[in-house]
Amino acid sequence: MKEILKIANLTKKFGGVCAIDNFSVTLEEGTVHGLIGPNGAGKTTIFNTITGIYKPTGGTIEFMGKDITNKKPYQVAQQGIGRTFQNIRLFSQLSVLENVFIAGHMDADYDLFAAILRLNKFGKKEKYLRENCIELLKILGLSDKLNEKAGSLPYGHQRKLEIARALALRPKLLLLDEPAAGMNRDESKELVEFINELKEKFKLTILMVEHHMDVVMSICRRITVLNFGKTIAEGTAKEIQTNKLVREAYLGGEDAAC
Amino acid sequence: MSGYVEGVIILIGINIIAVLGVSILTGFTRLFSFGNAGFMAIGAYASAILTTKFNMPFLISLLGGMLMAALISLALGKLTLGLKGDYFLITTLGFGECTRVLIEFLDPITGGARGYAGIPQKTTLLIVLISVALAITVARNLLNSKYGRNLKAIREQEIAADAVGIDTARFKQLSFTVSAIYAGWAGALFAHYYMFITPAMFNLDKSSELTITVVIGGLGSLTGSVIATTVLTLLPEVLRSVANYRMLFYGIAVVLIITLRPNGLMGYKELSASWIKNLPIQVRRMFRCRKEVA
Repeated sequence: MKEILKIANLTKKFGGVCAIDNFSVTLEEGTVHGLIGPNGAGKTTIFNTITGIYKPTGGTIEFMGKDITNKKPYQVAQQGIGRTFQNIRLFSQLSVLENVFIAGHMDADYDLFAAILRLNKFGKKEKYLRENCIELLKILGLSDKLNEKAGSLPYGHQRKLEIARALALRPKLLLLDEPAAGMNRDESKELVEFINELKEKFKLTILMVEHHMDVVMSICRRITVLNFGKTIAEGTAKEIQTNKLVREAYLGGEDAAC
Repeated sequence: MSGYVEGVIILIGINIIAVLGVSILTGFTRLFSFGNAGFMAIGAYASAILTTKFNMPFLISLLGGMLMAALISLALGKLTLGLKGDYFLITTLGFGECTRVLIEFLDPITGGARGYAGIPQKTTLLIVLISVALAITVARNLLNSKYGRNLKAIREQEIAADAVGIDTARFKQLSFTVSAIYAGWAGALFAHYYMFITPAMFNLDKSSELTITVVIGGLGSLTGSVIATTVLTLLPEVLRSVANYRMLFYGIAVVLIITLRPNGLMGYKELSASWIKNLPIQVRRMFRCRKEVA
């Protein structure tokens, strides 16, 4: 198995607060890795550091053999890391199709003059891109909503559209930040199947932050548990479930109880 | 056609070009600028100097004015585009005023506050019409390509735009420079129509007028900008007796539009054949909504 993402000793400090403390993880190609932990454990901070929104205080991030530690967010995305956001961030005034269209901009490799003069090349690339986007939205089950405003979609569809937008980048690695947030048990079951399907179809590696334990336990091959920025456990779902430190972090330790 | 009507059409055309620039910047990229009159001034003075002091043909002067505005926007953008919303706005405001004052100080080159006279009248109705057609076509083609989509992405959600691999700094710069080129273009046409320019013509009033026109026309709509410019340029001509209260009227219009119709006349929509066809349905729907509310 090939390593796709390798994070070593990642540290992020905000002033005196250590949001991520010496975090290390290695993702193998084609696996789903879970990141869990109580609120404020630093899960989203890790996402934001991988994607370049935050500059790490220390440590390295390697993606497909390339160092991406201090890259800008758009450079990280161009390397092939797509992401979704915990609080949905769609281009809400724009249509569903446009949301995906925008994310496919790297496939539209014409220059400014071709666009302004409407050269042949422009038309061809745009048509090809549009067809690809519609195809992608079909796979995600949003093809009957192409011209609807993204902001007016129901919540579940907005989540799906965010995933569609991330997939339009043709990522190798997909970072999902609480994809099951606000979903009930049935919906999250559906989501698990949906993610598995996408993973196979697009040959993805997935790193996800999630609070729904049933989702995490059923989909992730390996899980990392964080608490106050520190990694307190890493292993398979079984190992995590029986880990004493994890139980303490979630339910409170003996000395923390009083 | 009488000279007066021709003059009004030329003025509308020049304003449309300047407003389109602001429309791209504000309506499609959500970068508010109160300094575009500064770029107009740069275009006007640069082209006027090229025509009078270097005896350049009009086309070269025109391009020279646009190029000058573009270069300055590149340098300014490098410094200021990293700033967030309101901070960027304040720097454009400062830039506009600096440009005006600087032109006043550079007396030997620009004629200072007395103005720059003796520019030959080269801007004709035909040139303005061609310019407007060209400006609209270029803006439309630009906005309906990946470039325009990337700008809209920045407008809607900058962090998400970054996350899908859009170099937001580069595209903001693109928007800013295109906007400056349009302003420079309008300025050069303006100088060669009125034959006499003073720095006071390109003051904060002019900048706010451009931005207000875009807001009234509706953010994110080129046709809205064109319609608003036409109406707002015509109104003081038609209502000559109250023309002095123009800025007062603008102020009231902006307050009314932002409270009653925050998207402006045409917010996020373009006027097209299908839009007109669907108009009765939309109106009916609007009334139905009203009834339901009632």
